[in-house]
Amino acid sequence: MDKNFFLANYNYWAVVVLMMSGFYVVLSRNHLIKKIVGLNVFQVSVFLLYISVGKIIGGTAPILTGKPELFSNPLPHVLILTAIVVAISTTAIALSLAVRIHEAFGTLDEAGLIAIEHAIERESVQSQ
Amino acid sequence: MITGHLPVIAVMTPLLGAILCVLTRSSILAWGLTLIGAAIPALSSLIILVQVLSRGMLSYHMGGWEPPWGIEFRIDAANAFVLVIVSAVGLCCAFFARKSVDEEIPQSSQPLFYTMLLLCLGGMLGVVATGDAFNLFVFLEISSLSAYVLVAMGAQRERRALTAAFNYLIIGTIGASFYVIGLGLIYMLTGTLNMADIAVRISTLGDNTALRMGFAFIMVGLSLKFAMFPLHFWLPNAYTFAPSVVTAFLAGTATKVALYAGLRVLYTMFSIGFLFQTETMLYVFLPLGLAAVFAASITAIFQDNVKRMLAYSSVAQMGYLLIGISLANIGGLMAAVLHLFNHAILKSGLFLAIGCVVYRTGSCSIAAFRGLGHQMPWTMAALVIGALGMIGMPATVGFTSKWFLVLAAIDSGWWFVALSIVAGSLLTLIYFGRIIEAAYLQPAPENSTITEAPFLLLLPVWLLMITSITFGINSELPVTLARAASQALFLDPHNGLPPQVSP
Repeated sequence: MDKNFFLANYNYWAVVVLMMSGFYVVLSRNHLIKKIVGLNVFQVSVFLLYISVGKIIGGTAPILTGKPELFSNPLPHVLILTAIVVAISTTAIALSLAVRIHEAFGTLDEAGLIAIEHAIERESVQSQ
Repeated sequence: MITGHLPVIAVMTPLLGAILCVLTRSSILAWGLTLIGAAIPALSSLIILVQVLSRGMLSYHMGGWEPPWGIEFRIDAANAFVLVIVSAVGLCCAFFARKSVDEEIPQSSQPLFYTMLLLCLGGMLGVVATGDAFNLFVFLEISSLSAYVLVAMGAQRERRALTAAFNYLIIGTIGASFYVIGLGLIYMLTGTLNMADIAVRISTLGDNTALRMGFAFIMVGLSLKFAMFPLHFWLPNAYTFAPSVVTAFLAGTATKVALYAGLRVLYTMFSIGFLFQTETMLYVFLPLGLAAVFAASITAIFQDNVKRMLAYSSVAQMGYLLIGISLANIGGLMAAVLHLFNHAILKSGLFLAIGCVVYRTGSCSIAAFRGLGHQMPWTMAALVIGALGMIGMPATVGFTSKWFLVLAAIDSGWWFVALSIVAGSLLTLIYFGRIIEAAYLQPAPENSTITEAPFLLLLPVWLLMITSITFGINSELPVTLARAASQALFLDPHNGLPPQVSP
């Protein structure tokens, strides 16, 4: 593979790097807010994938003016508008859950939460 | 003509009802709206099913835009059947919600609870009705986002509901994003989002790496949503700590709808001729399905919380469905569709029965079931019928679906699989045996004053159980429906009857 293959497709490499780093943050971090940040990076990489698919270099908005022109595909961009709305709602719910978790457990650290949950489980078994 | 608009009416009424619900401050009014918002889809999907069976596939063009440019609701025998299942379970749960929610959720947030229930139902019906792959993602996220909130509403009784909802959210969002990545790859290859159109273009493309990657991303994403065996870790906690009615609703619909979406991808967008898919089913779905049946059933045996026990049982039942699908023949697919119907009806009924127990005793640990056979005879009788159905006793739908599953496995020459299905049923017998033993053979704790659950709670439970028995004794109707559904999925959709077009 020559150098141009990497350079010509730099947008896809950016997508892959973002996607994997976001995914890694979601899986590896213990703090719930960091997980949400990772999830956002992961979702943004998907947006980038769609947006760069629709863009044609030198292409304009697809409005019929009579002159033969090069058009970008607007559909992926519109789809991503919808996906952005979904992502924002997801983040909003995730953050509000994080607030409630902090109120109920006093921590946002996953290891701490698991320890508290195990303690609750042991208590309920002993009380029977 | 209003009948021409039925597909969109079935999906839009719950969504509109949700908007009205959020405006009310009275929980009784909100419940009334929920009942209407669940009854209209149930009625319209029944009419749609009759129409589709008599006249063939129904195609609804949203806003009058022709597919593949506009969004199409494309309803054949398969999604008409799933629509009826989802809306019927939704209606039963909506009816059950009133008294159960009064007990479990503070008065001030009850209208919001009903809003979320309706949004979730509307999203699921949308997933089932749509023929557009991206529209499917949007509806899937509407139902999933409201499901996260519904699970978190269990925090009033048990604060662990919050962490369960958070984990569900993380896993669900990763699943949905994987679906979108896969769809993006397929869109790059085909330039269309309409499922039927994608199918035509994929068949002319031939095999290539991008197509395989798209398929893999979509299937992994959906597997997270339908809790395929090693990806099921969000499910037990979410089901255990959610409010009773939410557990019953999600157990009967959420995983089934995601699995239906998987069937659409496997059989409508891609086809059985795509070698990579056939290999995936043989080397991934079949082993994981078998593993799910054994691992999840054995885990269920050792649970002391009855809701968690049945949650693991759900994972095991998804295993049976995967086995049916991975047989890759029409008999296996039919058994899977039949089992989907059976499991949706029975698992919701069982969780609703447990909801009755929680309503009276305030607990769902197996210790709380001691002596309930005499104190709550009707609830426990329903639970026993449900248990027999899950085990697969004759005269329940459970028997019919497992019978066809075993037959399909033997037809393919897979004796080992057929034996595993029977062995899995024995494991089911063990964990339901534990509940029944506690309820009927152990004495109630002294000076307990538990009485039978109110009639309003028992009615939906018994409706679901009677459905199971009726269709178990007279198995012709569900078998006919499942056969029509599997033929609609399995056979080339373009050779079927021409679609009836309505605006």
